Amino acid sequence: MAINLPDSTIDRRAVLPELFPDPENYLLLSGLAGAAKDTAAWTREAENLLTLGGAMGGAVSMGLGMALAAPGQQVAVITGDGELLMNIGALATVASAAPDNLTIVCIDNGQHGETGGQPGHTSRRTDLAKMAEGAGFASVMTVSAPGDLAAASRFIAESVAPRFLWARVMPGPPSAYKRNWDLAECRLRFRNSFSDRRTDGHR
Amino acid sequence: MNAVRSREDWSWRVFDKLVAAEVTLFSYVPDYGNADIIDMAAADNRTRTVLLSSEQEGVALCAGADLVGGRGVLLMQSSGVGNVPNMLSLVQGGRFPMLMIVTMRGDYGEQNPWQYPMGRAVQPVLEAMGILCIRVERDDELDQATDAAISAAFSAGQGVALILSQKFLGAKAF
Repeated sequence: MAINLPDSTIDRRAVLPELFPDPENYLLLSGLAGAAKDTAAWTREAENLLTLGGAMGGAVSMGLGMALAAPGQQVAVITGDGELLMNIGALATVASAAPDNLTIVCIDNGQHGETGGQPGHTSRRTDLAKMAEGAGFASVMTVSAPGDLAAASRFIAESVAPRFLWARVMPGPPSAYKRNWDLAECRLRFRNSFSDRRTDGHR
Repeated sequence: MNAVRSREDWSWRVFDKLVAAEVTLFSYVPDYGNADIIDMAAADNRTRTVLLSSEQEGVALCAGADLVGGRGVLLMQSSGVGNVPNMLSLVQGGRFPMLMIVTMRGDYGEQNPWQYPMGRAVQPVLEAMGILCIRVERDDELDQATDAAISAAFSAGQGVALILSQKFLGAKAF
């Protein structure tokens, strides 16, 4: 089948800063590979971020667990198309649980960037917005041009959750960032920071 | 009817212990064996149920809850254990506490041949991923085994599976 890469003009490295002007107001969880690098570079690996380096297919569910266990907090999951598709049924799980504090952003480059750029399903026929709608998400939006990102930021701030943003991006490298690979250390850091955050009454 | 009444009985005992341990999220893929616990968790305002599409989601979900100080449990049939190994990387690599309750098929008295391969693989698969397996064969083992599983997970931060055998549950009749 012919490869049909996303007809996008967005540089993935510009996506997150535009979508989230106030990342400190979120609990952030990223899927592995490019999404993790982009998220880590954007926040300089802030304490309200946990990035995955494996457990492919787990990001959406992990974000759901955070959202359900911390109902007063806004949770955002940043993940790639391959990571999302590995466990696409998790979208139905989220829609069914219907958390009012969960945002999913899929940075879709149409390929498996980490393993050499092999084409993925979204470069062929798969429409992730329709899949999220079909799963039952309350709000779904697609962007493929830099000029759409301001509206997408409002979508994240204002639309009814759970919400799904399909950010189609150009093929190209994620942000360069050397992050902490010690998950046990990252877990403790996140938990301690969250505990302080609650004590401070930070929202 | 006796089988149903005794199933409810053990389910209450497990449910009460989970609630006492401050487990609030009951994630599950439906099974005959876990049906009553799920009904209890759905009816109780201290707990909520999360219907999963695949068991591996429950591992990630419980890890996510832990990040914000919450506690979850994953309930599944033995066949679902085959869906979770890679996600259990979180437990070994991140030392997330993880409590799973596995209701067995494919062991003592099983009539469905499709259940046997995964039934036999449950414990080797979990142990290969570093999960402590605590198996219940008789009713008089249940309370202590449940306490042991809860403390291994939430006091000691281990990955643990409470495995309820078909000898204990009774084999499903077709």
